[in-house]
Amino acid sequence: MNSIFAKRRNRLLAMKALRDNYIPGDRLTVCPKCGQEHQRGAVAKDLFVCPGCGYHFPLGAYHRLSMILDSGSFRELNEKLLAADPLSFPGYREKQRTAQRKTGLNEAAVTATGTIGGRRCVVGVMDSRFFMGSMSAAVGEKITLAIEYAAKNKLPLILFCASGGARMQEGILSLMQMAKTSAALARFSEKGLLYISVLTDPTTGGVTASFASLGDIILAEPGALIGFAGPRVIQQTIGETLPEGFQRAEYQEEHGFVDAVVPRSQLRETLSRLLRLHEKGGRS
Amino acid sequence: MKNLTAAERVAIARHPQRPNITDYIDGLFTDFFEMKGDRLCREDPAILGGVALYHDRPVTVIGTRKGKTAEESIRCNFGMPGPEGYRKALRLMRQAEKFRRPVFTFVDTSGAYPGLEAEARGQGEAIARNLYEMSRLTVPVITVITGEGNSGGALALAVADRVLMLENAVYAILSPEGFASILWKDAARHEEACGLMKLTAPDLLALGVTDDLIPEPEGGAHLAPARTIREVDRALSRHLAALLKESGPNLAAKRYLKFRKMGVSQSKEAAPPREEP
Ligand SMILES: [Zn+2]
Repeated sequence: MNSIFAKRRNRLLAMKALRDNYIPGDRLTVCPKCGQEHQRGAVAKDLFVCPGCGYHFPLGAYHRLSMILDSGSFRELNEKLLAADPLSFPGYREKQRTAQRKTGLNEAAVTATGTIGGRRCVVGVMDSRFFMGSMSAAVGEKITLAIEYAAKNKLPLILFCASGGARMQEGILSLMQMAKTSAALARFSEKGLLYISVLTDPTTGGVTASFASLGDIILAEPGALIGFAGPRVIQQTIGETLPEGFQRAEYQEEHGFVDAVVPRSQLRETLSRLLRLHEKGGRS
Repeated sequence: MKNLTAAERVAIARHPQRPNITDYIDGLFTDFFEMKGDRLCREDPAILGGVALYHDRPVTVIGTRKGKTAEESIRCNFGMPGPEGYRKALRLMRQAEKFRRPVFTFVDTSGAYPGLEAEARGQGEAIARNLYEMSRLTVPVITVITGEGNSGGALALAVADRVLMLENAVYAILSPEGFASILWKDAARHEEACGLMKLTAPDLLALGVTDDLIPEPEGGAHLAPARTIREVDRALSRHLAALLKESGPNLAAKRYLKFRKMGVSQSKEAAPPREEP
């Protein structure tokens, strides 16, 4: 019985992951960093890392989950939680529907339970294709529910962050999600449970100033832009050009805000190792 | 009092003669002793903090500082704190907890400073840490939004048991200019943004984001600062008295629940997480 469900869950995730990286009629991919053209198949085979320069392409949430979780272990949490329109903001409902249709996602975050290297955990993944991964009340609620689920079931928590900042159309309620998620993490941490945050390109704004920066361990993908204020705003404020590599993952590592920059090819193994290192009594 | 538009309130909230943190400290407290520095890197004058007596009770007072003169404004970076300011604030809040005294924070900032050094020293981490730690402080925390409360830079001092707002203060995800420029690529549409953002004290009270509204004299606080400060005193006294009846753990638990409920999705299609098999 269990294996039938596992197979079905695996097929479901594989289908959703496939949709994440399906671009009709597009056989060649141009790398935005080095400008080289590559066969899409070759880029896909390298986990969507540019074979030329190592640029890490953004990943869809389900695609990411299919790369990280053991096959057949995926079980989505609160899949149907949708954005509301708390400020009755003109045009917001239509924009939500367009984003849902374009991405196949209900919101900018997907949360799930599953196993990595056989160890059960809760994983949340933000998807920058949906409203640029901005923090809506529904995103904040999904992340908080995932934290609470992990706390209740005494599971480690992994959050993949990717966000352009606040969901403008939800105004102050978007801001309040920073307090809500951070407070939930404080309670989670008091239970002695592990939280790993993985910062992916781009992690900015309110997400940086809340759960992204609160991991017991903070990992980052190479080259990811990580900061509170965006580079454009900073440049306008100080009126100087910003130094090469400013706010990138390597810069954050050098400045003491990231434990390790981990290439995508080693991410699953690194997470698996960290989960093992934090098991009760430290035994494997 | 005539109904002001949101844009008119923004203008009043930014009035250069509006009472600032120094006025509130002089008017509400006695024997204020300023404490400087984050003990890690430097002193950030954009946040002022220390210990004082409030009706003879020791309290910790923290507030963003905007200057009234050009010189003063430059010195305190126009009230835009860096990570050192937030870390100093956290240091003082932890100290308040150690000595079991209530915390009052006063917020008037256009936001956290978007600068190169601020980023290099972890502006995001500093704000996140404050949200995290404030949510579990076991002493009463009361915030008054006195002018502008913009972005995470304001919230980093406002995870409080009671968030009070002056009648013409505004509290928002970012400035109306920033909002218009992000959403419509046109900062000139800021007045239109004001109308949509739900940033006024009555709007936020209705949304449940704030807990009380403190009346201002007709035309704004700058026209009668002493009267405004008396109103703030009245509100602070009332809310503090109520909070002092609660135990420390109770305060933290209720504060948590207050923020936990914010923006719970209205669409109610969410299934509660299932139990592990
Ligand atoms: Zn490349």
